[in-house]
Amino acid sequence: MDAVSLNYVLAIGAVLFVCGVICMTTKRNGIGILMGVELVLNGANLNFVAFSRYTSLGLDGQVVSLFVIVLAAAEAAVALAIALNFYNNHLTIDVDRGDELHG
Amino acid sequence: MDSLGSELSKYLLLAWLLPLIGFAVEVLGGYWGNRQDKRAAYLAIACIGAGFLLSSFTFYRWGTETHWQAFAGSVSESGHASVADPSGSDGHEKPDAAHHPHKAAGTETTHGTPGHSETAGAHDDAAHHSPGPSYSGTFYTLATFGSLTLSIDYYIDSLTILMFCMVTLIATCIHIFAVGYMSDELTDEYVDHSAHTSDGHHVHRPGRFHRFFAFLSLFCFSMLGIVLAGNIFQVFVFWELVGISSFLLIGFYTERKSANVAANKAFIVNRVGDFGFIIGLMILWTYCGTFSFGDQDLNGHEQPGLFSMIRGSDGEITTVGDDVILKTVGHNGHWEAPHEGESNRTLPYFLLVIAGLGVFGGCVGKSAQFPLQTWLPDAMEGPTPVSALVHSATMVAAGVYLAARFYPVFTTEVLLTIAYIGCITLFIAATIAVVATDIKRVLAYSTISQLGYMMLAIGLGGWAAGLFHLITHAFFKSLMFLCSGSVIHGCHHEQEMTKMGGLRHKMPITAYTMLIGVIAISGLAIPGSAALIGFPIAFSGFHSKDAIVATALAYTSLNPIHFLLFLTPLVTAGITAFYMFRLWFYTFTGKPRDEHIYSHCHESPAVMCMPLVVLALFAAGCAFGGENGPLYHMIGNSEPLGVASGVEAGGAAGVALPSHHAIHEVHGTAGVVALLAAGLGTIVAFLLYCRPVVDPESIKRQFSGVHGFLVEKWQFDNLYDVAFVRPSHIVGRWCATFDKEVLDGILHSTARTAIWIGTIDRKFDETIVDGLVNVVGNVTRSVGMSLTVFQTGRIRQYVMFIAISVVALFALLFAFMPKA
Repeated sequence: MDAVSLNYVLAIGAVLFVCGVICMTTKRNGIGILMGVELVLNGANLNFVAFSRYTSLGLDGQVVSLFVIVLAAAEAAVALAIALNFYNNHLTIDVDRGDELHG
Repeated sequence: MDSLGSELSKYLLLAWLLPLIGFAVEVLGGYWGNRQDKRAAYLAIACIGAGFLLSSFTFYRWGTETHWQAFAGSVSESGHASVADPSGSDGHEKPDAAHHPHKAAGTETTHGTPGHSETAGAHDDAAHHSPGPSYSGTFYTLATFGSLTLSIDYYIDSLTILMFCMVTLIATCIHIFAVGYMSDELTDEYVDHSAHTSDGHHVHRPGRFHRFFAFLSLFCFSMLGIVLAGNIFQVFVFWELVGISSFLLIGFYTERKSANVAANKAFIVNRVGDFGFIIGLMILWTYCGTFSFGDQDLNGHEQPGLFSMIRGSDGEITTVGDDVILKTVGHNGHWEAPHEGESNRTLPYFLLVIAGLGVFGGCVGKSAQFPLQTWLPDAMEGPTPVSALVHSATMVAAGVYLAARFYPVFTTEVLLTIAYIGCITLFIAATIAVVATDIKRVLAYSTISQLGYMMLAIGLGGWAAGLFHLITHAFFKSLMFLCSGSVIHGCHHEQEMTKMGGLRHKMPITAYTMLIGVIAISGLAIPGSAALIGFPIAFSGFHSKDAIVATALAYTSLNPIHFLLFLTPLVTAGITAFYMFRLWFYTFTGKPRDEHIYSHCHESPAVMCMPLVVLALFAAGCAFGGENGPLYHMIGNSEPLGVASGVEAGGAAGVALPSHHAIHEVHGTAGVVALLAAGLGTIVAFLLYCRPVVDPESIKRQFSGVHGFLVEKWQFDNLYDVAFVRPSHIVGRWCATFDKEVLDGILHSTARTAIWIGTIDRKFDETIVDGLVNVVGNVTRSVGMSLTVFQTGRIRQYVMFIAISVVALFALLFAFMPKA
């Protein structure tokens, strides 16, 4: 059971997080960015669950991560709606084209 | 049933207030549609005419109720029984002296310094002239301050009723005359040829017909207020109202500088007299505690009026040491000094003299006596009806009227002053009138002179004679003024007699009514007519002037040292006849001196001639019967106590006043000498101006010094100019300089300092306060501007920033966070 220590799990969470951030910074496709966001969230979720599993916090971490998943689902729904509307207006979902509000 | 007093007071109240209503309507009623409207005049005439009818009715009621006792020349006890019943519904009116008509006669009284005891004149004589009843009461109480009560009172005796009839009758005539005289004001575009605008053109203005009649109504109201007034304070109020209406009427042609100056002069000169008036008022109130003439009923508590307080019921001033004891004990018009040992109220004798002189000072101003006579000739700047009404017949008579009303308050010293003032005035004015060439100015100076006669008579103890002359003079002087107005109107506003002549062919009615006035004022009579048919055939002026000269003669025979008081009026009687006939000959006879004026002049319309005829009838006949006639008896009915019996050497001046008996004895002599003087004056005038046996011009050249002196009005105007006007101008200039240099300097430097401080304050604001705020704003703005670089709108970049920032934050945290 203890063969996999907390550090490994945290490392995977960190990798996931960094992958998500890299995905967000590099993708120009709006959907891609959404996927990056999911990766970041799941990296964070992994941390919650891991700390909950390896410490005496009980089920607090799992509850928070469930909450985050629900939030992410809702966020994805809103974001996909935005993406759809963006596409309707610009005939593309390239987020670099959505820079009308730059200073 | 109301008693007679309150009944009469109601009629007179109505007659008094009607002109005020007229004034209010005319002033507040606006412009009557247009300037050609005569309704204002009709309203004014209706008001004053109704006033005259009411006054006449009052006169009639008074006469029937008293059974015309006054005209019989004596007031008998039975006469009182009907009038002296004090059980009026008001309950506060009583005949002042009705219950003791014989008290003055034969009683020993003290007067002036103690120890001067005197007996009154002949018993029958004094009884013959004992005063008739007077009625006093209150219309309305204005205010009460402690013991001071200001109220609208009335004081009615035969003199009041007579004055009411005289004023309203003359005023009605003059109102009607003015409808014709002022008719050229009935226009929207009146051209005043005597006034110029700054660019040299004649002044064009809207006509002021309605305004003229509004002012006349105001004047009538004020004058009747003086006559009816029951207390001295009320007299003062209406005194000032008369002054202001006079001011408004003199300055009627307000665009003319001369009219403005004259109006100011009249007003300011009157102020000088009123100053004395106020002093007298204050003294009397301080010591007597009342303003009222007649006795008053205050909440059932009877209080003596001024006259009763000073003279009591025996007509004498009671003195102890240097104090006059006020007579406060008694009731029902019968007042006596408290007995010795009882508490009494006193008034220092010298203060009574000052009070008398003060009140007389007011009379001097209003009646244009020396030394305040200079305003009246200038007052001729007003329209001629104003001169007739205000400056000859009524307003100037108010001074004489008040002097007569206040007779009980005057001590012998004051009376002597009055006599001398009157004497000086009548002579000075008559001499100036001799050389005046402006027809209105001759009449103005003659007015002053005749007012001097009245004052003289009052000062000499000829109370009734003075008022007799007041009434007769009012009629013939208003007549002559209206005639002169008719001449001026006919000659298209030419007033210089040197340009007239022969006008009697052109304007016969004016000429012959004027002649009646001239004969009346000169005091001519047909010699011997008295001996032949029992009474002298003469116009009113003869009787009244005769009475005055007789008083003066009786006075002089008692006080030989004051012989000038007889000689001057006698000589002046001659001068009067001379200058009046000079005026008439100059204007109406001889050859026309100016053909242009003569050919254009015309008789006045009927509306102007009718009043002349009416007034001429009164001027000729109002004094019918002389001193046995109804007019004189009616005046004598109001004579104050103690006048009839005369006074033997009273007061510090030590003058004696003649009794009626003494005056009556010298009456024949006085009449003859007065007639001689008047006849002489007339003959001289006839020889100089009608049948010129001597050329007046050569006399003028011969006495050029005297002539110049008289033309310059005895240098009075110049003297006052040097003595008062210029010094006040200099003081005024000083004050102006002080104002400009010092006060304005302080103000200006304060203002400059304030401006300087303001400038500095502004700089501080602009540079430091604004600067700070601007710096903050600019910095904020530039920071914001620089931050816009980061807002690129690229999501990927934002994420990069967040990531880098978080990493940097953590790096900082780990670097600086203290290790636990």
